[in-house]
Amino acid sequence: MEIAAIFLPLAAAFIAGFFGRFIGDRGAQIVTCAAVLAAAAISVMLFMQIGLGGPEAARTVELFTWIDSGSFEVSWALRLDTLTAVMLVVVNGVSAMVHVYSVGYMSHDPSKARFMAYLSLFTFMMLMLVTADNLLQMFFGWEGVGLASYLLINFWFHKTSANDASMKAFLVNRVGDFGFALGIMAVFLIFGTIQFDQIFAQVAAKADLSINFLGFQVHALTCACLLLFVGAMGKSAQLGLHTWLPDAMEGPTPVSALIHAATMVTAGVFMLARMSPVFEYAPAALSFVTVMGALTAIVAATIGMTQFDIKRVIAYSTMSQLGYMFFAIGVGAYPAAVFHLMTHAFFKALLFLGAGSVIHAMSDEQDMRNMGGIWKLIPVTYVMMWIGNLALAGIPFFAGYYSKDMILEVAYAKHTAAGSFAFWLGLGAALMTAFYSWRLLILTFHGRPRANETVMAHVHESPLVMLLPLCVLAVGALFSGWVAYDWFVGHDWAEFWGESILMRAGEHGTIIDAAHHVPAWVPLSPFIAGLIGIALAYLFYMIKPDLPGQFVGAFRSLHGIVFRKYYFDELYNALFVKPAMALGFGLWKGGDQVVIDGFGPDGAARVTRGLSVVASRLQTGYVFHYAFVMVIGVVALVGWFWFR
Amino acid sequence: MADLPILTLTTFLPLVGAFFILVIRGDAETVARNARAVALWTSLITFIISLFILTNFDPSNPGFQLVEEYAWLPSYKIAYIKGVDGVSIWFVLASTFLTPICVLASWTSVEKRVKEFMIALLVLETMMVGMFTALDFVLFYLFFEGVLLPMFLLIGVWGGPQRVYAAYKFFLYTFIGSVLMLLAILAMYLTTGTMDMRVMLDYQFASDLQKWLWVAFFIAFAVKTPIWPLHTWLPFAHVEAPTAGSVMLAGVMLKMGGYGLIRANVQMLPVGTAWATDFVFVLSVVAIMYASLVALAQTDMKKMIAYSSVAHMGYVTMGIFTMNHQGLDGAMFQMLSHTVVSAALFLCIGVAYNRLHTREMAAYGGLAHNMPRYAVVFMVFMLASVGLPGTSGFVGEFLTMLGAFQVNTWVAFFAATGLVLGAAYMLLLYRMLFFGKLDKPEVKAMPDLSWQEMAYFAPLIAIVLIMGVYPASFKDVYMPTVEKILTDHQASLQAAGLTAPAPVQAASIETVAPAAAVNASEN
Repeated sequence: MEIAAIFLPLAAAFIAGFFGRFIGDRGAQIVTCAAVLAAAAISVMLFMQIGLGGPEAARTVELFTWIDSGSFEVSWALRLDTLTAVMLVVVNGVSAMVHVYSVGYMSHDPSKARFMAYLSLFTFMMLMLVTADNLLQMFFGWEGVGLASYLLINFWFHKTSANDASMKAFLVNRVGDFGFALGIMAVFLIFGTIQFDQIFAQVAAKADLSINFLGFQVHALTCACLLLFVGAMGKSAQLGLHTWLPDAMEGPTPVSALIHAATMVTAGVFMLARMSPVFEYAPAALSFVTVMGALTAIVAATIGMTQFDIKRVIAYSTMSQLGYMFFAIGVGAYPAAVFHLMTHAFFKALLFLGAGSVIHAMSDEQDMRNMGGIWKLIPVTYVMMWIGNLALAGIPFFAGYYSKDMILEVAYAKHTAAGSFAFWLGLGAALMTAFYSWRLLILTFHGRPRANETVMAHVHESPLVMLLPLCVLAVGALFSGWVAYDWFVGHDWAEFWGESILMRAGEHGTIIDAAHHVPAWVPLSPFIAGLIGIALAYLFYMIKPDLPGQFVGAFRSLHGIVFRKYYFDELYNALFVKPAMALGFGLWKGGDQVVIDGFGPDGAARVTRGLSVVASRLQTGYVFHYAFVMVIGVVALVGWFWFR
Repeated sequence: MADLPILTLTTFLPLVGAFFILVIRGDAETVARNARAVALWTSLITFIISLFILTNFDPSNPGFQLVEEYAWLPSYKIAYIKGVDGVSIWFVLASTFLTPICVLASWTSVEKRVKEFMIALLVLETMMVGMFTALDFVLFYLFFEGVLLPMFLLIGVWGGPQRVYAAYKFFLYTFIGSVLMLLAILAMYLTTGTMDMRVMLDYQFASDLQKWLWVAFFIAFAVKTPIWPLHTWLPFAHVEAPTAGSVMLAGVMLKMGGYGLIRANVQMLPVGTAWATDFVFVLSVVAIMYASLVALAQTDMKKMIAYSSVAHMGYVTMGIFTMNHQGLDGAMFQMLSHTVVSAALFLCIGVAYNRLHTREMAAYGGLAHNMPRYAVVFMVFMLASVGLPGTSGFVGEFLTMLGAFQVNTWVAFFAATGLVLGAAYMLLLYRMLFFGKLDKPEVKAMPDLSWQEMAYFAPLIAIVLIMGVYPASFKDVYMPTVEKILTDHQASLQAAGLTAPAPVQAASIETVAPAAAVNASEN
């Protein structure tokens, strides 16, 4: 059963990709949608069985050996525990909806089969990632989703901007993978294995170990965890390695919903949750994760407030929400992070697909300055966007409310400097989140229409095949928080997670227990922050529409920095990209051609007779010259035998 | 088949084919057609026979197998000895596997002197197989040098406009290497009194002598591998060579360097190896970063792949000299993977070159529109070269780095930069060729892969994926030999009164506990 859930998408990708010409576009769509829908159904069954049926149902299905070299042994295996089961539902569920949606969204595209094949391939790689029972298989899925992301961002490969964005995504992720790979090696050096259960069994015994890394004697587990976190930073677009995510919006919108919002970018969160038994023994690494997560949350939120591209706003929102998940991990509340991961997958996929529906209606316009006044024309999409934004802003009883509240509570309850830092930044980001969400709603749907008349005349609600997935995701955005609260972080959490997540208990129990005993104003604060944000957005964009302009005028330099995304791209270009190219060119022309050849072959030629003479001689009979040398060698050899 | 001298048969069968081509008479058209056919059939039959080497080979036996021994110059203890072990067997098969592919790839692209071209290819095959199976140093040296003759012809006669300079460079580098190797072999002969390599493998040379011998062998093999800074002949040789020449050069000839390093430097000179480990690490790491950066600056696609070879072979030398399980295993695997991947990439470039006759990347663009099959094929090999998990490229690269990490984290750290840089230049190449608008009329006119081309790409793709997903299929054959090399190395170091540095000990197969390398200080 579990094998079907994971390999059906691969089979579908294979069929759609290589036999798309024979089965036609319609055939490819049917095959891929059916496969992923079936996989989603099986995932729900597995979740019932493993997640709700108790930890005894957790199991590992060994497939076959992958790499076996001395003491280094890695198998292809499917590890099924609660954490995996949750991810299976999220990945296959959102993926199935996106598959169906794509049938409608890509209906005017000439290469439908290729698109569906890529989507299914992505799904398979993501499933390999979440079912891995060792770090290397996770790395396989990790790089595999990176490949699928690269292919999908670059789906319209005739566009130079898409080429740039896809290369950037692959390379920035590779920088993260550089850390991940070294992290795997460090884990192997420390534990002598990279298989999860074997690692976890030894963690306590290795808690005080130190290793030599780059000449420094460092705490072994902290070192390994930080290296792994570098990988997570790349994939989950944390501050510093985030620059690829906004550009990734070059891909078709369903891709943004599936890969760059709901699933792939959360892989880093998943990885850290999976490695929780190790991270629990590396407090310094966790503090670093907290600070990075909090900074990401706030920085992305500020940028999100200034952007005009509807997809980029949501992209920065994603980055900001990922920051929340990471600081939840940082304070040790892995269930809270995974809870937010799950609710976020639903409402963010909903927002992206809703934005896709808007873009579809507006004849591929993405700039919110050219939208407005369309809410009556596309009412269903409008309602869906409202639901998504309510969930995102953490308004009570929507999905995001439960998870975001929980995250802020655990940050507060941690009572450390890093935890408080994260709490206050997170609270600020919550205000900004509500602000940019309603800014998006108002700019897109309300006010006077700013598009030209031909576009406006063409505005239409999307077909049913696109609206249906929106409705399904809306159900998730409405109820998933309420339904899953007790399982994930409420009353039943210990039983629900079983051994798939480890949290070390302090004197007041685990961090989740502590979070249920924070002062009453703490759970209320994000809601109030959200209300303020919404009110401000109404003030700025509905009541006094000239206020944003005045505001920007008053804080021109500050706004410029934020609007230009803190100049990360420019900085990295100047620091890494250009120097690498220049260095490469310099080493080639200077190193190879001047120094090495100058002292080597060319220099030798000059010393003997001059290159031209040698060359002309060689031209007439260099083979014989060479043969001559060889003969001399042989003669010398034989001669020596003769006369010795 | 067991009692037949398979190794000798595999070695000299191509020569028989070459002889038949030599005697073909008739008008130019007939000669060319027959020469192609004879070359293809000869190389195919040779490949099939070489498969029997594999079936008759017992992977659990780490020693030399299928040994053939005939007296040659008995009074001088020089004999005709052939045999294979886990280290050499795959290279023999790589040679016999790539030759028919090269014949196919040259089917239409080589138009002048077809007869001579095919003869050169077959002679090259004989020399390569001979070299990998030789167990007598005189034989080894003859074949090692013999490889260069047909390769010279391939570059010199069928090469590009700068072939003279390329051949000259090639000549100078290899000449110096050969002379040094010859001296080293003579010195070893003086000490042991025999040319039998099996004796030398067990012989304990004096420590001081080992260092001199090690340097001599190292320079000879470093030129072949190539190891920075002895690599500058390679880009030129590749650029000027015809496709088949590049395929053989990258696929098999570079591995002669790696094979030699394992066979002579590591196995025969353990003390020298331990003495020079850090030195090789530095060169390897420099090679990986330097060559990757230089590859980034290239506009000529063949040069880019040539420099990528230098970087990939940097992982090999790094892995070999970690002298631990993962490192040596990874180095072997990386060599095999590189054999397939680099050969395939040069074939891919040949496809584009045959259609447009330029190697400038900027001349292409948007090929994914009109050559989708080609785009998929190229993508697979691009990803394998980048080292994506699931392809052959990943396994070797990762294992060598894992091996290095246990010895010295700096080495692994710098080597891992290749993950980023390697992806950078390969993605750049792919993008220049395949993405963007299809607006150049001559590029638009390029037809997609023919069935002939698909025929030789298909097995290469299959191998890349099988090696990536189930590497044991290839590794099982050489693992016992690798284990034996490691135990022998430890034993010789102990015999020489040198204990190996701590991390190496930890990774040795008996203790099987790399964690022991961790400094278990209680903080």
